[in-house]
Amino acid sequence: MSSLSDPPAKGRIFRAYHPAHGGPTPPVQTPQARPNAPRPNSPRPKADPAPSRWSYRMQRLMLTPMFRHMLRIGVPLAVTLLIGTIWLSDETRREALNSKLVDMRVAIEQRDEFMVHMMRVDGAGLGVSEDIREILAVDFPVSSFHLDLDQIRETIAGLDAVERISLRIKPGGVLQVNVVERVPAVVWRSGQGLELLDAQGFRVSALAHRSERPDLAVIAGDGAETEVEEALAILAAATPLNARLRGLVRVGERRWDLVLNRGQRIQLPANQPVPALERVLALDKITPHGMLDRDLAVVDMRLPDRPTIRMNDNAVTELRKIKAEELGVRAK
Amino acid sequence: MIELYESQRAMRNMRKAAMQRGVIAILDVGSAKIACLVLRFDGTEKSVDTGVGSLAGQSGFRVIGAATTRSRGVRFGEISAMGETERAIRTSLQSAQKMAGIRVDHVIACFSGGGPRSYGLAGEVEVHGQTVDEQDVARVLSSCDVPDFGAGREVLHAQPVNFALDHRSGLDDPRGQIGNNLSTDMHMLTVDAQAIQNLAHCVKRCDLELAGLASSAYVAGNAALVEDEQQLGAACIDMGGGATGISIFMKKHMIYSDAVRMGGDHVTSDISMGLQVPMAMAERIKTVHGGLVATGMDDREMIGIGGETGDWEHDRRTASRAELIGIMRPRVEEILEEVRVRLDAAGFEHLPSQQIVLTGGASQIPGLDALASRILGHQVRLGRPLRVHGLPQAVTGPGFSAAVGLCLFAAHPQDEWWDFDLPVDRYPARSLKRAVKWFRDNW
Repeated sequence: MSSLSDPPAKGRIFRAYHPAHGGPTPPVQTPQARPNAPRPNSPRPKADPAPSRWSYRMQRLMLTPMFRHMLRIGVPLAVTLLIGTIWLSDETRREALNSKLVDMRVAIEQRDEFMVHMMRVDGAGLGVSEDIREILAVDFPVSSFHLDLDQIRETIAGLDAVERISLRIKPGGVLQVNVVERVPAVVWRSGQGLELLDAQGFRVSALAHRSERPDLAVIAGDGAETEVEEALAILAAATPLNARLRGLVRVGERRWDLVLNRGQRIQLPANQPVPALERVLALDKITPHGMLDRDLAVVDMRLPDRPTIRMNDNAVTELRKIKAEELGVRAK
Repeated sequence: MIELYESQRAMRNMRKAAMQRGVIAILDVGSAKIACLVLRFDGTEKSVDTGVGSLAGQSGFRVIGAATTRSRGVRFGEISAMGETERAIRTSLQSAQKMAGIRVDHVIACFSGGGPRSYGLAGEVEVHGQTVDEQDVARVLSSCDVPDFGAGREVLHAQPVNFALDHRSGLDDPRGQIGNNLSTDMHMLTVDAQAIQNLAHCVKRCDLELAGLASSAYVAGNAALVEDEQQLGAACIDMGGGATGISIFMKKHMIYSDAVRMGGDHVTSDISMGLQVPMAMAERIKTVHGGLVATGMDDREMIGIGGETGDWEHDRRTASRAELIGIMRPRVEEILEEVRVRLDAAGFEHLPSQQIVLTGGASQIPGLDALASRILGHQVRLGRPLRVHGLPQAVTGPGFSAAVGLCLFAAHPQDEWWDFDLPVDRYPARSLKRAVKWFRDNW
């Protein structure tokens, strides 16, 4: 707009326009020409500043804390749920969503970083590691998300021949199995056959034939497998007799018999069998020609204070004969 | 008096509920402006043994919203146009709520109109037991002979001012003391019932609950008088737009209250008539150039009084400030003379201290203290309201004495008649009968 149509500012320009002062005639202004033009010091009443009843109520409602919480949390939640429900109510969309989720999951699982390509078993003999591979039956390569290490550990630890196991997935996709095998200490002869036991009495494996492990001693009898540690202590004490040793027999689930060849037995007490055995060995040593080399059937140490020996029939007969000759009596 | 008890007690319970919720609004319905403050009660106040809380007992609340709007539909401190007033209340409440950021449901209001009238009541009873107990206090309060204050009047305040036991007077709290004869003095303030009803209706139309009512002269005195003035005797002159309230305090109790139905608006209308300018312009001239004591300088100070007629000569009129003062002064003198008459009628000259405190929006005219001391006596000062927590700078002026005083009233209302127990024999007999009947029917 040109400056001419602007309302005259107060005082200054007004005077110049006035015809009495020789100015140009002022532009005619009708009040209706610009009804919205602001007029300074207008006596026209301003619009009512008061809020309407409804806007007042609305504002009060918006200032109510409960209502504001509902607007801020409840409404977005409800809208989201509603949209989600409507969208998911279609079967094909649900299927598509599921398959997409599965695809994403598989894509992550199949990444090379998570794949396990091989298993390495350390610390196990050939047979045991064969066994481990057999019972695990994992088809490599497999994603590490699908390997349940706890369950694998349980499974391997369930093998008799395994004492301890540690398991981890090494970088490079290797399932590392560290195994500590049980060391067989004795051969246990039971009703079912021969089995190898370790020093704690745990089963290691079955034994087809005694001659496969001639270096180990044999234990037998009811309850023998539960007292392997005591048996080993007795066997350690009996090393001087190793050449003649046949094995140990548990008698009455209570005490041990040391069985030697030629049918000899050393009956040991239930309490403190090792000192008793040492006494027997000492007796053997101090006796001329050795006590056990003689024709004895049984050395009875069941009462430790009173060692008893039982001789064979021949020896008894011979002894009686010698005694009779000494006494000048003819034998009958 | 049972109805009075019930309505006032209902308001007290409402106030308690508001305190529980922690937010309450203060509404000063004046003729010039409607001020609204929103208070938040934190409950952090700890009472001290001396009876004076920290910060004189006003630390328990905080002003969180304040708004003022030009009043409409209120004349002489009374509502004359309900719809207009309701809208004005709504405007100020809305902006105060907006500032506070919280919704307010309870409001305590004060107004200056309604022709307040003071009555002194006295009651006397024999003490039943050996020591005075609550029932004795209740009986002595109900034994006050209520004067016939006329139909269409409502009791706004009824405060026991003094208790006397036998020959000892000036007791604040006679409970537990030993004596035979208990008497009390009570100050009762009645106003026009129509004024209260109109205000209550306006508040109700704004979806608010009325949790208390007070006379603005009383609450302005609470805010503008300092403690020793209240104790020794002082008058608070609350010069508002349409009415000038007078309240006389003694021993921290209001003992007299009255109102002159003239105020700053009359000065404005005088200027408007005298200088032939619109009211808005007159108001502006009054606030910018107004004064009461003319000096030689004022003859030369010309004030453009303007106009909107388009007539150049008319729109460029001027008036000297001396002329303006010549218009304002007689009216202010008239108001103060009227106040003087009321104070004389109340026997203000018998008080030990005769401090006069001028407050209210119209007390801001320069030179008022000089003029007032000439008319009312020498001990005149201009009062401003107490400072309370969170009060915006814009509402700390003397025009907000009543609003600030109402805050204090909301936080610590003085004991009124209806705060004491009702004497046992005054309980409505029907409920007792009903209880007896229930027992008889069931046992």
